[in-house]
Amino acid sequence: MLVEAGHFALALALGLSLIQFVVPLWGARANDPVLMAVAPTSALAVLACIAFSFLALTFAYVNSDFSVLNVVQNSHSAKPLIYKISGVWGNHEGSMLLWVLILALFGGVVALARNSIPMRLQANTLAVQASITIAFLLFILTTSNPFTRVIPALPEGQDLNPLLQDPGLAIHPPLLYIGYVGFSISFAFACAALIDGRIDAVWARIVRPWTLGAWAFLTLGIAMGSYWAYYELGWGGWWFWDPVENASLMPWLAGTALMHSTVVMEKRDALKVWTILLAILTFSLSLLGTFLVRSGVLTSVHSFAVDPERGTFILGILILFIGGSLALFAWRAPMLKQGGLFAPVSREGALVLNNLFLATACATVFIGTLYPLALEVLTGEKISVGAPFFNFTFLPLIVPLLLLLPLGQTLAWKRGNFLGTAQRLYAVFGIALLATLAMLAFQHGGPVAAPLGIGLGIYLVLGSINEIVTRSWSRGAPLPVAWRKARGLPRSAWGTSIAHAGVGLTVIGIAATAWGVEAIGSLRPGERLGAGDYEVRLEQVTPRIEANYREDVAVLTVLGAGRELGTIETMKRLYVTRGMPTTEAGILTTGLGQVYASIGEVQADGSIGMRLYHKPLVLLIWIGSLVMAAGGTLSLTDRRLRIGAPARAKVAPPVAVPAE
Amino acid sequence: MVIWVILLAMTAAAVMAVLWPLSRHYAVTRQADPDTQFYREQIAEIDRDQARGVLLPSEAEAAKAEAARRLLRATGPHHGHFAAVGEPALRRRRAASTLALSIIPILALATYEIYGSPQMLSGPPAAQMPQQAGNVDLMTAVAQIESHLAKNPQDGRGWEVIAPVYMRMGRIDDAVKAYGAAVRYLPPDADRFASYGEALVLAKDGLVSGEAQQAFEQAVKLDAASPRARFYLARAAVQDGQIEKAKAAYAELLSTSPADAPWVGAVQQELASLGAPQAATGPAGEPRIGPEAIAGMVAGLASRLEAQGGTAEEWARLMRSYAVLGQRDKAMAAARRAREALAQDNAALKTIDTMAQELKLTDAQP
Repeated sequence: MLVEAGHFALALALGLSLIQFVVPLWGARANDPVLMAVAPTSALAVLACIAFSFLALTFAYVNSDFSVLNVVQNSHSAKPLIYKISGVWGNHEGSMLLWVLILALFGGVVALARNSIPMRLQANTLAVQASITIAFLLFILTTSNPFTRVIPALPEGQDLNPLLQDPGLAIHPPLLYIGYVGFSISFAFACAALIDGRIDAVWARIVRPWTLGAWAFLTLGIAMGSYWAYYELGWGGWWFWDPVENASLMPWLAGTALMHSTVVMEKRDALKVWTILLAILTFSLSLLGTFLVRSGVLTSVHSFAVDPERGTFILGILILFIGGSLALFAWRAPMLKQGGLFAPVSREGALVLNNLFLATACATVFIGTLYPLALEVLTGEKISVGAPFFNFTFLPLIVPLLLLLPLGQTLAWKRGNFLGTAQRLYAVFGIALLATLAMLAFQHGGPVAAPLGIGLGIYLVLGSINEIVTRSWSRGAPLPVAWRKARGLPRSAWGTSIAHAGVGLTVIGIAATAWGVEAIGSLRPGERLGAGDYEVRLEQVTPRIEANYREDVAVLTVLGAGRELGTIETMKRLYVTRGMPTTEAGILTTGLGQVYASIGEVQADGSIGMRLYHKPLVLLIWIGSLVMAAGGTLSLTDRRLRIGAPARAKVAPPVAVPAE
Repeated sequence: MVIWVILLAMTAAAVMAVLWPLSRHYAVTRQADPDTQFYREQIAEIDRDQARGVLLPSEAEAAKAEAARRLLRATGPHHGHFAAVGEPALRRRRAASTLALSIIPILALATYEIYGSPQMLSGPPAAQMPQQAGNVDLMTAVAQIESHLAKNPQDGRGWEVIAPVYMRMGRIDDAVKAYGAAVRYLPPDADRFASYGEALVLAKDGLVSGEAQQAFEQAVKLDAASPRARFYLARAAVQDGQIEKAKAAYAELLSTSPADAPWVGAVQQELASLGAPQAATGPAGEPRIGPEAIAGMVAGLASRLEAQGGTAEEWARLMRSYAVLGQRDKAMAAARRAREALAQDNAALKTIDTMAQELKLTDAQP
């Protein structure tokens, strides 16, 4: 009964969204505040309906109601409670429902923020948001309905894909979706600004927290997914340049650019048209990511052709929204008023450069992801574009960006002094260089990339610290004064520095992977396998039986420098219902590095295959991401108005260039 | 009936969410103009920053000048005033209300009618359904037994029930495990051992492995007449190159069987094929592929591996195929070639060695 009410609520949300789309848009055109006031209440009603619908489905999962097809296909009564709940979004239909739930959630928050957003902007934004909701509700109801029933009900379900039965993947999709869908708000705001024909610093101030929030969640979501792939897939790799990963990386890169250009717009009223375009592109890439992951086009272009209903529908949504918004952009953008001026060497200039690099990097990922698909569609030839392509195209774009990052952060607004800025960074650059040279000298014939990359990371971290120090401490000033001044710095300044330091930490972690060692061997109980400075000794292999799987557990003692550091367990599991095996890696954390063991085949003679890795500093990759997200969140909490104090021209002003 | 009341209430609430703002009087002073407010706040913020010493006086002045310029622009010719009163506004409200009153219920009910399952509303609650489901299909039965076995893995009877189902579903590896468990937990029985052995043979594409042979020997020990066990033991003899022994065993099996026994045909075919060396048939019940076709496939694999090389698994398959065909010298030759081709790869060599041991090609060891 509850399930049917949930289904009905979803249908109700469709009707409400249609009203939320039509009436406020009409109100904004007629300038009628009464019609515009329909936007917030209907947005909240849509949120209530979809939330109820989602809860009804969750209820069906928790109670193992096997009269619901979706529950039959993805749940099992013996599954632990947390995976019953995460099973709701561990499948196509449920994850699309989560998608619209988050969409409605963001709409609801915009609706509640009524006093800080101009009415027309709010009405138009919620109308655009409603159009997205309509498209996805139609998609869910017609092609991916999670409430389809099986009559009569079945006694048992088919269990959730075992790879997804993992705490990491239980929270990964919600985080990622909050990121993906969060950009829909920036998109809706951008379209609203285009519809209304005006855009200014007020707009940027309103949009910034949404972009920042979405970006922080997307960062967490990607980091979480990467860590999951690292410990669950048993390869010890943390990024595979897999199309699914690229699908989340592209909006992240575009979103990072958007976040920075919004700052320019809010502080200096410049880069308006570009910011609007970025907002549109970022969400378009989110939609593209949804299409790639949800249409089945990745598993095989042919499976898409065989069962085209869903794929074609999402493709239609994709064309409608990307094409529609870009057409709107082409039509209205030339009418927008141009904003502030700035010199090429200035904080604005540096941020433009940042945007160029990020946009180009995003384009290379785009090509690397979609070219193989296009080729397969056109010629039927299957190629795989992997790490080598991205190392040759993506890295050369990112490295200069990172080298320029501390410089840009230090430059003054409007017109900067490049030499003066460089001088403030001499010490930082010197220390990073010394550290690199020292590492090169001390390692014997190791990879060159590691010290260089770590040097770059140190440079980024120190550059961020330097930014805070130089802003709060001048030569000769006593420490308490400097401390007071540092605390007085706006939280957004701290957020910027922390996020940039996080980038540095991630770079160090990535560079240090070049120092990782790997060993593959076959072990009997009592035998040892060594990788670098660490060794493992196989203690025993025992079978174990849990509620919905059975496993062979290899218990290993980790030895380092002759001492026992601890024991780890790596398992080969067989999920009984699906007859599907998975491998669970055993990981021992030593400082920031990890010893990583993954069990292979269990041989008849009692020996087992074993992969062993030692990965120094590997945790920094994800710690850095957490720090980045924390920096973004800190900046988000700064609701003060941002002032980009322009530097006055000293003698003759340099030739100012228009913002766009 | 209750459910319809609930659905109706939900619809009414949804419509109200739209009608409520439409019915209110609009307070004109609801919101200060957010644009000008923004720049005023910005200027105030600059003053505060200057007071705290974050901005230098010169910087503050420049920033203020800029904000003031923008404030002027924003307060300039203001675009449009809100139109909340008068006849057109009233008409708009009525139209919007009608829209909400019609679209929301119609769309929701129509969508639900098409995609929903309203018949579930009047039927018994879902929780009672499982007991009533009379025609539980195979998949569900399997799932049920599996979940039972996951909780009671030592229930040999359960394993014995599910094993033949696995066989029919083509999940041979699961069938092997199930029969293995049944053999382990239940008292010894000739038929059970024979079934276990047969599953092992099928899992290895027709090869009678050492493990399978042991199972058949157990079966024969318990019931000397067990035709299945004797059939496969004869086949094992073919594999080991003991053609005469195999012929004798087949002949004996044939002579002790009733003429209309289902396995007679298979045994006769085996016997006939033993005249030529490339003898092979699938076990009873399997779709039969002629010996010539199999020999052709094996020859194809051999020439491909010879020409282009291949993985350890492919070489192992070739060795096994020769062994099944009773061509032990060729199997040994294949093992030798594989060791040459895969000399660089320790893991691959291990695979080949394991296969050689399994096929008892011991004299082929280097």
